[in-house]
Amino acid sequence: MIKLDKVSKTFWNGNSGLLEVSLSVEKGEFVFLVGPTGSGKTTLFRLLIKEVLPSKGAITVGDFDLIKLPHNKISHLRKKIGIIFQDLKLLLDRTIIENIVLPLEVSGFKPQESRKRAEEIMSKIGILEHRDKFPIQLSGGELQRTAIARALILSPDLLLADEPTGNLDPKTSKEIVDLLLDINKKGTTVIMATHNVEIVNSLGKRVVALEKGKLVKDEKKGKYGVS
Amino acid sequence: MGFLKTSWHHVRRSPYQTLAAVLVMSLTFFIVSIFTFVIFGSSTVISYFESKPQVTVFFKDEAKQENIDALKEQLKETGKISRINFVSKQGALKIYREQNKNDPLLLDLVTADILPSSLEISTTKIEDLSVVSEMLKNGPFVQEVIYQKDIISTLTSWTNALRKTGAVLVIIFSFVSIFIMLTIIGLKISQKREEIEIMRLLGATSWYVRWPFIFEGIFYGIAGAFVGWLISIAILLYATPSLSYFMQGIPIFPIPFLFMAELLGAEILLAIFLGAFSSFLAVLRYLK
Repeated sequence: MIKLDKVSKTFWNGNSGLLEVSLSVEKGEFVFLVGPTGSGKTTLFRLLIKEVLPSKGAITVGDFDLIKLPHNKISHLRKKIGIIFQDLKLLLDRTIIENIVLPLEVSGFKPQESRKRAEEIMSKIGILEHRDKFPIQLSGGELQRTAIARALILSPDLLLADEPTGNLDPKTSKEIVDLLLDINKKGTTVIMATHNVEIVNSLGKRVVALEKGKLVKDEKKGKYGVS
Repeated sequence: MGFLKTSWHHVRRSPYQTLAAVLVMSLTFFIVSIFTFVIFGSSTVISYFESKPQVTVFFKDEAKQENIDALKEQLKETGKISRINFVSKQGALKIYREQNKNDPLLLDLVTADILPSSLEISTTKIEDLSVVSEMLKNGPFVQEVIYQKDIISTLTSWTNALRKTGAVLVIIFSFVSIFIMLTIIGLKISQKREEIEIMRLLGATSWYVRWPFIFEGIFYGIAGAFVGWLISIAILLYATPSLSYFMQGIPIFPIPFLFMAELLGAEILLAIFLGAFSSFLAVLRYLK
């Protein structure tokens, strides 16, 4: 599903995002990506959606060779990947349902069909009653669920969740992770970046740890921590 | 359809910017319309004078019919005359009455006695006008010779000057419109930078993001063209009674409806081009 071969990313100011990272994720896996702030978790996600290009190395996501992928085909790649951003990236002047249909809208779905699909997914995730509210009217957990619904609406093969439980209470965090596990059970590959020790340790899933841009740990049934 | 809807949202959600864009476009198209009217009008006036007898000779009261007939024959013998028409005192009165039929005071004051009889003469070649005119000026019964070549050449030089001024003004205002539209659309793109970024991250293509801004520019153009055209037509219709009195006898009013519709059509085409071009420049500049 995902293959990174000696990938390095150095930013324009000389800061290193990733250093010689090689990683392979199979279809249907659930992977926790852990590491302190600034360790390169978000950079890895940005590389996977070709928001930034690697300075060195090769990246493959599904059938897409990201190094060779032309600019006009990036949208094809991004439609295959659901992403829950760390800062959620919800549009504040659009209602919850309008935010959720956005990926369908940019893919050219008809408005009626888009709304129908959005309502189905909102119902599954438990936010249907908020459909016509604006993001500012929702709690942190509800906003997180909105971001998950938006990430799932195109039934992606891969779901990238960048700290989806950050700033949430333990109970809501658990609900969000259960939701992601459920999605994973249905066949979607999930990579979740997190700082939540309890969740990582309790689930016994694969753990990939980054530190200062380097991959320092990759364990099949891992625990939180870099070593 | 989705792009149009998004464009309409952009337009509605920033009414002052929309107003500014439409107003600057309206001003441009108002100038385009006014200069089109002036050029159309002056061309019609020139054609009118060109089609009319180009030399008119008015006779003194003592001129007898046989003197006039003799002069007529003499002119015909030169071989330079294409048409010659005698207007008697009574004929002149008839023309006068027709031109002033709405003003009884003017009709009462004038009788056939005070109007001169005349010959309206057209030459085959325009350069023969001066020869014929000079020949007539020295005639014993001639009171006055009106040589319309002067009128035509004056009008032609005025029309050319107006045409050039109009073209320069239209070009200047088109550039002003393009730059203002570019700034407004650029401003809107900057305001929506975050939204655009999110859309791109969710898989929107570059053209998916660009089209609504291009349609927005086209909308400003069309709205501006329509408003500019409407104002100019309103002014023209308001001024029609006084203008038609001023240009009595010249078949220019009422302005044909087809002409107005054609003008609107042409302006809308130009507006689509201006709107699309300026917004395209904006998306190229601000949406990299």
